[in-house]
Formats: sequence, C-alpha cells, structure tokens
Amino acid sequence: MRPFIYERATDARAAIAAMSTAGAKFISGGTNLLDLMKLEIEQPTHLVDISRLAFKDIEELPDGGLRIGAQASNSDTAADRRVRTRYPLLSQALVAGASGQLRNKASVGGNLLQRTRCPYFYDTASACNKRNPGSGCSAIGGLNRSHAILGGSDACIATHPSDMAVAMTVLDAQIELLGANQAARRVAIADFYRLPGDTPHIETVLGPNEMITGVVLPPPPPGRQVYRKVRDRASYAFALVSVAAIVATDGGTITSARVGFGGVAPKPWRSVEAEAALMGRPATMATYRDAAEAAMTHAIGRGQNDFKIELAKRTLCRTLAQVAQVG
Amino acid sequence: MIGQAISRVDGPFKVTGQATYAHEHWEAGQPLYGFILGATIGRGRITLIDASRAEHSPGVRKVMTYRNAPAQGAPDESIPSLYWRAQPVLTNPEIRHYGEPVALVVAGTFEQARAAASLIDIEYAVEPGNYDFATRQDQSYVPKVVNGRMEAETSVGDFDSGFNSAAVKVDQRYTTPYQFSHPMEPNACLAVPRGDDLILYVSAQIVDSARASVANTLRIDPERILVVTPYVGGGFGSKLGIHSETILAALAARQLNEPVKVVLTRQQIFHLMGLRPTTSQRVRLGAGKDGRLVAIAHEVNMYTSPHEEYAEQTAATTRALYAAPNRWTSHRLTPLDLPRGEDVRAPGEAPGLLAVESAMDELAYALAMDPIELRIRNEPKVHPETGIPFSDRRLVECMREGARRFGWDQRPAQPASLRKGRWLVGYGMAAAIRMHFQGPAKARVRMCPDGTAVVQSDMTDIGGGTYTILAQVAAERLGLPIDRVRVEIGRSDFPVSWGSGGSWGAANSSTAVYRACEALREKLLASARDKSEALSEIVARNHPEGLEAEGEIVSMEKDPNYRAYSLNTYGAHFAEVGVDVDTAEIRLRRMLGVFAAGRFLNPKTARSQLIGGMTFGVSYALHEQAVVDTRSGAFVNRDLAEYLVPVHADIPELDAVLLDGFDDKANVLGVKGIGELGVCGSAAAVTNAVFNATGVRVRDFPITLEKVLPGLPLMEA
Amino acid sequence: MQLVDVDIAKHTIELKVNGRPSNLVLDPRTSLLDALREHLHLTGTKKGCDHGQCGACTVLLNGRRINSCLTLAVMHEGDEIVTVEGLGSPQALHPLQAAFVERDGFQCGYCTSGQICSAVGMLAEVKAGWPSHVTADVASQQIELTAEEIRERMSGNICRCAAYPNIVAAIRDVAEGARR
Ligand SMILES: Cc1cc2nc3c(=O)[nH]c(=O)nc-3n(C[C@H](O)[C@H](O)[C@H](O)COP(=O)(O)OP(=O)(O)OC[C@H]3O[C@@H](n4cnc5c(N)ncnc54)[C@H](O)[C@@H]3O)c2cc1C
Ligand code: SF4
Ligand code: FES
Ligand code: FES
Repeated sequence: MRPFIYERATDARAAIAAMSTAGAKFISGGTNLLDLMKLEIEQPTHLVDISRLAFKDIEELPDGGLRIGAQASNSDTAADRRVRTRYPLLSQALVAGASGQLRNKASVGGNLLQRTRCPYFYDTASACNKRNPGSGCSAIGGLNRSHAILGGSDACIATHPSDMAVAMTVLDAQIELLGANQAARRVAIADFYRLPGDTPHIETVLGPNEMITGVVLPPPPPGRQVYRKVRDRASYAFALVSVAAIVATDGGTITSARVGFGGVAPKPWRSVEAEAALMGRPATMATYRDAAEAAMTHAIGRGQNDFKIELAKRTLCRTLAQVAQVG
Repeated sequence: MIGQAISRVDGPFKVTGQATYAHEHWEAGQPLYGFILGATIGRGRITLIDASRAEHSPGVRKVMTYRNAPAQGAPDESIPSLYWRAQPVLTNPEIRHYGEPVALVVAGTFEQARAAASLIDIEYAVEPGNYDFATRQDQSYVPKVVNGRMEAETSVGDFDSGFNSAAVKVDQRYTTPYQFSHPMEPNACLAVPRGDDLILYVSAQIVDSARASVANTLRIDPERILVVTPYVGGGFGSKLGIHSETILAALAARQLNEPVKVVLTRQQIFHLMGLRPTTSQRVRLGAGKDGRLVAIAHEVNMYTSPHEEYAEQTAATTRALYAAPNRWTSHRLTPLDLPRGEDVRAPGEAPGLLAVESAMDELAYALAMDPIELRIRNEPKVHPETGIPFSDRRLVECMREGARRFGWDQRPAQPASLRKGRWLVGYGMAAAIRMHFQGPAKARVRMCPDGTAVVQSDMTDIGGGTYTILAQVAAERLGLPIDRVRVEIGRSDFPVSWGSGGSWGAANSSTAVYRACEALREKLLASARDKSEALSEIVARNHPEGLEAEGEIVSMEKDPNYRAYSLNTYGAHFAEVGVDVDTAEIRLRRMLGVFAAGRFLNPKTARSQLIGGMTFGVSYALHEQAVVDTRSGAFVNRDLAEYLVPVHADIPELDAVLLDGFDDKANVLGVKGIGELGVCGSAAAVTNAVFNATGVRVRDFPITLEKVLPGLPLMEA
Repeated sequence: MQLVDVDIAKHTIELKVNGRPSNLVLDPRTSLLDALREHLHLTGTKKGCDHGQCGACTVLLNGRRINSCLTLAVMHEGDEIVTVEGLGSPQALHPLQAAFVERDGFQCGYCTSGQICSAVGMLAEVKAGWPSHVTADVASQQIELTAEEIRERMSGNICRCAAYPNIVAAIRDVAEGARR
C-alpha cells in the first residue's frame, strides 16, 4: 500500500473540498478500496474518510418511495423493514452478496462503485486496459470464465460484481450526487454506469470530486419481485449469473415486467429486450423463452464464459416462472 | 482413558486466542518485518535489479536480492526427502517459475516493507516457458520412483490380453486440476538471532525437517538452531518442509542481528508452496458379466518441475484396492516451468481414487450392478500385486455399515430419475483405502514427585489433536488423571519425531509415548513397596528430582510387519447431491463416511479429522482448481475469492462413523493414521452422486456447473 | 509512476479494545487487524488472507462483526472493539467458547477466533430479526435459527480444517441454551 494522507471529513462540504487535492479518494466501508490499495491497484495519495458522515438514514419519501443514504450499510439496508416489505428484491440481492461481516461494513455508495473482480485487473503484472489504459486485455485469450457476455468491448470484458446494483437497476433507482459548490444532481442508475468501449477505466459518470449522497427508490412497481443468484459456492461467492425480475400479471397476461442481469456485463444489465418480449404476453414458459432469447440476442461468449449465455437464459426463465406464479 | 472422546486439552487456549502461532511470539521483542517480492515472469533471467529507491524508502533496513544474498547450501539429492534438503533462495538471476522470490525487503513495519518492495526496479529477459499441461504430455518421462519411494510402474499377469478378453470394459480418461493445501495460517517464520544461534518460530509440520533444511541452507550446525512451533494453523502437506519465508527470515535476522518476521501473503502462497500436480489419468477396467475384474490398469501423467522432480503416487492407490489377475499401473511426468509439486493432503489417493472410483461406478452402471456389490465381488483375499496378507482389512464392513446407515437402498438405480422440487437428486458411493506409514519417533516422559507427568517430543499439533492423545496415553499408562499430564511438543530440543504428516503422527508418537511410559513403569516398579503402590508415590519416595524415560518407534523399513503384511486404513463414503434442474448448480445434501483404522485414540478428535478430510473431497469434486495462464505461467485465480474452497453453506449434514478396532500388526496400541483417510475416495462419492442425479458423467474435475448444464433437460413449465 | 517518498504523518489515536483504551501512534496504512496484532499484541485475531476473503480476522465493532483486515485503524477512534480475548479467558470461557471446546468446533484453531466472534455477532443479528439469503420470506421479522440459517450466516468464515458441522452444533447449543 502506497503512503497517503488520511483525513476524516466532518461534513460533506469539507469532504468534497478535500477531494480537490490530486490523488484524493473517498473511503467509506473500505472493503473494496483497501483490498485494491493493498495490491497497489488503487494508489490514492490522500484518503478522505466519509464513513462518519450523516448519510446513514433511510427515509420515507412523500411519493411512497424511499431514500437510502449513501453511508447506510448494506446490512442495515437489507434489514430495513420498509426495504424488506416494499423492495424485497433489494434485500434479497444484498443478502446474496459478500458475507455478514462485509455487509456490516460495506456502504451503499461504496457498493455501487466497487470495481471488477477480473483476476487480471487484480494482478498488477498483467496487461489490463482498465487498470493501465492501453496495455491490453489479458482476459481475452486468457481466463475469462467469469467475464461479460453483454456490453463488453475488445478493450475490456470485465463484469460489474455488485448484486445490489442489479436490484436497484430494475427498481429504476436515482443516484444522488453532490459536487463542489454544493452542486447536487440526480442520475438514473441506467445512466450512471458507462460501458467500456475504448475507455474501460472510466466506469461511471461520477465527476472527479463528486460524492454519492444517497439513492432514491421510486415507489415499487406493481408485481412480485425476485432476485436469483447463481454461483459456484452456495454462499460467499460472486454471481456467475444473477437475475432480478419484477413481474405483474392479470388473468395470466403479463401487464408489467422489469428484468435485470448481474454477472454478465460491465454494468448492472437492464434488459429492455426481455421486458418488451414479456409485456402483454401470456405468462407461460414459451413467453419466458422468447424473453430469454431476446435478452441474449447480442450476447458474445469469449470461450470459457460461453456457458453463461445458456445459463442466463435458463436462470431468467426459471425466475420469471417463479415471479409470475403468484403474481 | 485411551479411546475416550475427551475434549481437546489445548481447546481453551485456542478458543480464547491464547494459543500462539509462528508469527505471534513476542518474547523476543519488536521484530522487523520482511516482505517477499516475487518474479512477474515464468521463465528467464533478471537483467537489471535496482533497489535504491526501495532502500531509501522510509523504515527500510535491508533489501536482499541475488546480488547481495549470502551464499547458501545447495540441495543435496542424496537426502531422501525434499523437505530435509537445503532450500536456497536469491542465489542467481535465473527465474524458474512465476512468483519465485527475487527480493526480500526488511523494514520497521509491514506497511513500510510491502510498499518498498514495489519500488524495486527490475528488468527481465523473458524466455519462452512451457506452461500448458494439456499440450505437453507427449514430452513425458517415467520417473525412477514415485513419492513414498514406491515403484513408478508395476505389472502383474498380462494386462492387454486380459483386458481384450473382458466381456465388459471401461476405458476412460480423468483429469484433475492444480490444487493447493491452503491451511488457514499462512506459512510464516519469526527468526530471532541469539549470538551465532538462531531461534525460529516457524509454522511447521515436522520440526526436524525445518531444522535440517535451514541448517543445510545456512550451512550451520543444526544444534545451533532452535525450532519452536507449539501451534500450527493447519498444514495439509504444505508445511512438511519450510519454504522461502523461513530461509529469508533466518538470513535477514542473522545479517541484521535483529528478529525478523516473514509471512507469506495468501496470493504468494499460490506460487511458493503446497502445490498438488495436475493429472491426466487413464483407467481401464475389464470385467466378466459377473462383475469380476479380469484386468485393471491405471496410468497417470502429471506435471513436474524440471528442477525438483515430484511424482505423486497417484496410481499406487490402485495396487492394493481390487483383485484382478492382470494389472498395470504407471506414472509419467511432464516437465513444466511451474513451481515444484509437493504433498497435498492424501497425495496419490486424492486424485487417484477420484479416477478409479469413478471408473468403478461407470463399470457398475455398465453391468447394471449395485456399486457396493461390484466392489464386494472384487474384494481381494491377499494383496493383489505382492500376494502378502492384509492386516485388518475391513473395507467390506465399512461399505455394508455405511449402506445401512445412509439408507443406500433408497438410491435410484436409474440415473436422473429422482426429483425433489427444483433439484435432481442422486446418490453416490466410493471406497477409501490408504496405506498406513510408520516413521521413526522418540518421546520422553518424566514423572515428577508432585504427582504430575511431562511428555516431551518435537512432534507437532497441526489440528490433529496431538496434545490430547499424548496426554491420554500417558495418563492411562501412568495411572494419572489427564489434567496431571503436561504435553510439551513442537521444539527441536525435545526428542526427535517424524512430525505430523502422511497420517503417521498419532500412531508414531503415541507408540513412542506408550513405550516411554512402559520404560518408566519398569524402572519404578522395580522399587515399588508392593504391587498396589501408585507410580507417583514411588517417584515421591525414591526420586525427589523426578524420573524420566524415553520410548521409540522404528521406521517401517525396519519393522518386519511391513514386509509380512499390507497395512492400510479403510473407509466408505456415501453422498447425496442435488443438481438444480435449470441452472446445474450442484449442492451437497448430505454425506456419510464409515472408517476403519485400527483403534481410535480419541473418537472426538478422530471424527473431526475425518469430516475435515471428507470436506476436502467435496471441494475436489466441486470447487477447487488453480488455473495457470499458459501465456505467463502464473496461477491467475490466486486468492480465496477466486480459488474456491467450501464454506459453511456448502457443507450440510456430514458425518463420520468410526468402526473401532485394533490392528495388532501396526503397533502396540493398535492405532493407524486417519489424517488423510477422509479425503480418500470422498470426491468420487460426490462425483458418482452427480452422475446418479443427472446422468451426466463429468471426468474433468472439478465438476463446475457448465460441465453439467449441456446434459440437463430442456426448461419445462 | 509517481513516487511518494515522504514518511507520512503518523497519527496518534485512541483505540478502545475489550473495554481498555490504549493510545497508539500509527502509520495511517495500518489495518485494524495489524494494529491489534502487531501493536497491541492481541494476536487472538488472525490474518488468513488480509483481503476479506476468509473471516479469520473477524472482530466486533460497536457490537457488529466485521473483517478487521479491510479497515484502517485510524478510522476507528472512539469505537468499541471486542476481540476473542475480550469474550473470555481459558479460566472463564464465554458460552460459545465453551461450546466450541465441547463440540470440537475446530482443529488447528486458526480460524476459531474469527468463527467465535462471528457467531457472537451473528446471533445478535438474528435476534434483531435480520434476514439472510436462506430466509424464505425476507419480509418476515421472525428468524428461526435453523442449521441452514446458521450455515448461511456463518459462510464468511472459512475453516480449512472443515470443522463446519461441529461449529454449527456448538452455535446451536448456545442458541438453544439461551432460549431455554
Ligand atoms: C471477499 C469479498 C466478497 C464479496 N462478494 C460480493 C458479492 O457477492 N456481491 C457484491 O455485490 N459485492 C461483493 N463484495 C463487494 C462488497 O460489496 C464491496 O466491497 C462493498 O460494497 C464496497 O463498499 P464500501 O463502503 O466498503 O466501499 P469502499 O471500499 O469504501 O469504496 C469503494 C469505492 O467507492 C468510492 N466511494 C465510496 N463511497 C462513496 C461515496 N459516497 N461517493 C463517492 N465515492 C464513494 C471509494 O472511493 C472507492 O473507490 C465482496 C467483497 C469481498 C471483499
Ligand atoms: S477484462 Fe477488463 S479488467 Fe479484465 S484484464 Fe481485460 S481490461 Fe482488464
Ligand atoms: S484476514 Fe480478514 S478476511 Fe481473511
Ligand atoms: S480449525 Fe483449522 S481452519 Fe478452522
């Protein structure tokens, strides 16, 4: 770990001001940043500790939505009564991620910004465009079993590892940002992440000294919610494929559908194609199969991860069957 | 006392954090911290190494590279075991495998040392290396001997004609991946200089090999080295010998004349210790319609380092397992520019039984015969290769008892026929066999006039329960309550043993302690007032300073029973798995092992070792694999988030049943080893259950879901 | 590559561990785990991976279990930290420590401190009604502490010796004893 100056921010304004120093970074739970700093993948020279800022609350919004502070821990968010009853999908996604210990430390803001688990990204001796732009991508032609089948580019095929963000994506979450001079803005989660293209090192639209202050969840959409995670171990493992689905039916016809995938793309992947294939159609396996085909139309395997295409289809079908069951 | 399920005597220390492992000793004061820098190429040489930035980095006390490292002894091939030989590091600019140490940075704190390590400027001339086992197997050769000094090839009868004449045949190839021991405690050493002497707090399974290896490397008298290792955080083979962390700590401590602590990071472990070779195994079974084998062949190819040959005894497992008149086993080695192979828990049996017991399952289906019945029909009366009798062979009993307890009769005979909710459910079983090794060991027992006894040996406790079982043996033989016996182990100034490894530790050391107690009794009883006088009273009366005696067990080469009998331990594993009908996620549902290994000194600690071993098997079937990038020679998935071992949620109901006994050919206590028996065959039981659940036979391990997925039925409503 | 060649300012902090405050002068890079082990010599808390991947370093931070390897000591000024040494001693074992001994919930003992601290934290989470991945209905606030729930919730603690069934038995003993 490279040396750095440590500073504990007393309020948001001071934290953002401190970020104007070159090489500065926020630290929240630290469960991703310190992991990467120990391996010198991240080398901040100035750490601004925001873990004690007053963004821990989860508040009701007048429209029936919920605002989750960026400093709320993953555990507190998953255990919140309102999240559990109105956004069970989000609770399910959170408790499917990491471990009890990590969730107690991990913050909502940090979870959104956690970086890929691509093993070459983790190895500073390997070529990696995300870590070292222009150096190449070792995963293409190497170990890529866990890599992306959607949204990747020839520069990078890394996946975004978050479970929580997949749930938030189908919930149409808005991310609240605060920048210098108190400039606040909201970005839809769908617009928050960027695909790698030729610049895989740029992952989000977050400005250089912008802070995530919270996540706004609009009132839950109609229908049942399910988050299903497929992984190699029964627990404490990243997703090979995950599916977040919210489906409402009326008399056996799908009246509303939201579908997202995790573990398959550089960002939490909302499948508008699958949603379109579901809307207005009968809630049957044939429909789900069409949706799965639609979702994977542009999927590209890189060898070891080819199986994810079939796995994603099958996981989607089963999850849809499960959601629509009582829907 | 012997044979009772008492709780570990060291337990209260372990559960309160008071047990001190290698890098947790503070009696020598504040140490310096060493951090190893590893090569980032797989083969080639260092053309430039400039440590000046690192040397000027805050807190740095020393940077050692091949240019300034002290001269060291070379490995002496005439020393039979690798682990006793010198392990020189930083001797020259050649790089023989990825991650090989190229520098040690010593600084005041761990953070200073680690940060400075990345400031060392290195340039390499990269040479093309061979890293791809799959494409290099035609380059293989036959080793002179394999691990355990066993023959590389054996042949009985005429395999080819036997196999050709067989009515039913299985001819399949099985591949197993690179695996690592990964004890939870990383390898570590705290080296403390004391004048010209050296105290090494080191995480070691064998104290004697640690001392010898350091002495041979540093070229100093072993008597000047004190090795201390009271608690070892697991070993699973990787601590049979010491590695670069210990040598570098010792070199730096002597140069700086201050204590130096070096701990491997979890990532470094993937290149510096505890690597089990990948294998490709061809198994051929030829049987009559009645299931009786007429021919059996097990041919194994595995990688080896070209510099330090290691041949796991993978095919040797088959030699004593089933009867068949025509037999053939062989080992071949494919040189690759990778770290050397080493013993990992159940070397030989873990990959070997996975292949053979998978093949036996395939044969059972081909014959439409119950897998247990098939095995019973091939139960040998004498060792099928040598013709010598078995001592205490109880394989059939293990299978029958296990079948009864597990409810084997509920097994669906037809694969892919049992469905429970979203799960395809299957049953599998496999046999376990492991040779029982015996090695030289000594122990000293001292009785004190206050009615206590002290047992001393350089034996280690890596989790097997040494403290407890040695206390039990001494307490029983000396007629003392167990809390009056103190066991002192893990120091090189105690009588030398063979340590913990190869499952031999408990039998060797308990026999040595037993003999020491007998010798002590004999001395004392000679001066007893009458037969009923307690030993402690005799000591108090006649020996105010206490009295001690030594006991010993000899190596198996010197024990005639090893020529007259085949000594093994046995078991049978039963597994029930579920495979998700849509996603092919494979989860263990329950597992049972039944084991016979002579007498169990302590059923509580013995069961723990066996369930731990069984879990290794589950992992080998479903989880564990280290992946080499064949472009660089690096193990890519080198951390515990990517190299998966089972977590709590992967291990539901899992139990081991012990069939108590007494093997009078093994030793005076009738005890045999169990540290690895649980691993033997357990992976095959899980594998066979996956086939029973799905009808998909995977022969390339581990069975990750993508290997099963294509064989699953189409999605249904 | 940029070279930061300055000795970074050391921080003087007060850490409260097992009820005892102690003042430490620390390089800000020091993890809470290293502060405990290398500065306070509280070596009960173990380092198995240093990257949040094994759970050996689990401690209780203000009553909640965390991985002490993935946090900086300087971030914990004023926080209440409890390590395995703070739960009990060989002479006065915490009920979970006693249950681990009785059930043989360990072999080498290296993961054990983490398992025990994790179990203490986990039982509190269950009491607070937190859901887990295997909770059938995340909305229900009543958690039945089945073996399956224990296994899922303890999955952040790897035991390579694989004492898993015994650990679960020890935790159940304590949980059921407490209910009685
Ligand atoms: C072994 C292991 C297994 C895991 N498994 C899973 C899993 O299965 N599923 C899963 O989803 N996750 C998993 N995780 C990842 C875990 O969820 C993340 O590490 C965690 O959510 C990050 O949160 P944090 O608060 O600790 O972030 P930090 O490490 O503090 O920060 C991460 C990044 O976000 C930035 N940041 C943090 N907060 C803000 C803010 N408010 N505004 C702007 N920038 C900010 C930081 O500068 C940093 O770059 C796992 C982690 C580990 C170590
Ligand atoms: S996939 Fe992306 S993160 Fe991985 S090596 Fe390629 S560029 Fe780097
Ligand atoms: S040492 Fe912290 S989780 Fe492994
Ligand atoms: S007891 Fe050894 S790792 Fe758990």
